[in-house]
Amino acid sequence: MNDFDTEDRLRFEQLVLPHVDAAFNLARWLLRSRADAEDVAQEALLRSYRFFRGFHGGDARAWLLQIVRNTCYTWLEKNRPMELNMEFDEELHLQTCATPETLAIAGDDRKRLTLALETLPPRFREILVLRELEGCSYKEIAAITAIPIGTVMSSLSRARRQLHSALVDSPQGARP
Amino acid sequence: MRCDFADSLLQGYFDGELSGRRAAEFERHLQHCVHCATELVDLDLLRDRMQLAQLYEPATAALRRSINAPLRAIAPTKAVSRPLVWHWLAAAAALLFVSILLWRVGHGVHGDDYQAELAGEIVDAHVHSLQPGQMNGIASNDERVVEGWLEGRARFAVPVRNFASDGFALKGGRVDVIEGHAVAVLVYDRNRRPINVFIWPTRERDSPPRTGSLQSFQWVDWRKGKMEFCAVSDGSPVDLEQLRQLINSFA
Repeated sequence: MNDFDTEDRLRFEQLVLPHVDAAFNLARWLLRSRADAEDVAQEALLRSYRFFRGFHGGDARAWLLQIVRNTCYTWLEKNRPMELNMEFDEELHLQTCATPETLAIAGDDRKRLTLALETLPPRFREILVLRELEGCSYKEIAAITAIPIGTVMSSLSRARRQLHSALVDSPQGARP
Repeated sequence: MRCDFADSLLQGYFDGELSGRRAAEFERHLQHCVHCATELVDLDLLRDRMQLAQLYEPATAALRRSINAPLRAIAPTKAVSRPLVWHWLAAAAALLFVSILLWRVGHGVHGDDYQAELAGEIVDAHVHSLQPGQMNGIASNDERVVEGWLEGRARFAVPVRNFASDGFALKGGRVDVIEGHAVAVLVYDRNRRPINVFIWPTRERDSPPRTGSLQSFQWVDWRKGKMEFCAVSDGSPVDLEQLRQLINSFA
């Protein structure tokens, strides 16, 4: 390995690796599973490393998250294609929420919120995760998800409304 | 009940994304719109609740361990604009994609998995090219200029045509790397949406179009005259088919 490669690797470690948490968090919420997120986030990071020389500066987190997101969707398409077409289904959602199992595990508010977020379609879920958990600006969200800023705003509006109604419908009410 | 007029402004206001002037405008609206005022409180409660629940999930220790080792074993692919890239690319291709290549030699045909993987890479490359500052190629609507530029960089001749009179205006070309191979990319504009056409030589026979969609992108892939083409855009598949026919009439 020559100096140039070492230099690139150091640059990658400085610019991209600090965002490993962001990569895992987005994958975990998109895939709704920590185990799958581990695999897919790893694949995405290796991919980003391979493509790293195509990254000419700018927002490394947005650049990485874009690759993570693409890798997640490719994975979902292959392994759980139904999920990509999923729309927020009020009835299905109510059924899911009303089972004794979910009642039992929805013991604290974190679990209730997790369940509610996971009933949202992936496209709304990711936009909430990017905005509320990752603190991305509209511009960053637009870059990561490849949608226009105007659509970011309207999707956020719909996503928040769906999450709100998922929580209001959930067995123990809107507030803990 | 919602106030449709202010719905998107409300989100922007809540997220601090409005300009000062627009924010002031919305605040004036807020003084006499009870719907917006209520919704703003709801949004605030929801955000507090999400923060309190600590939903953020940091990377696991296993993930951190698992990425460190392979990074030392592989090197990133060089950007095509750097000099001496061809020698390096040949080595990188052999190194990084040896399993895919072996698989292809062994089977001699392109399976569905291969197709999906290829489409994935091409869509990635397309998305990447949409980012500001990512277009390192040539911007020109002149067929001969683009053809000459590509000829010097891809190792094969690329048929370049401007179909502006049919509504597909040539915007330029660039060289990209797909599966470790250099591919030529022609960029067309269709109603202000970019279409990328990836082109590379193949030894396979002509094939009818195969289409698919990935994320919100459509792609169509076909082979003609020992060249493989893959067109990608976020527009309508009808546009892609029309462009495919135009290209095929020249290829």
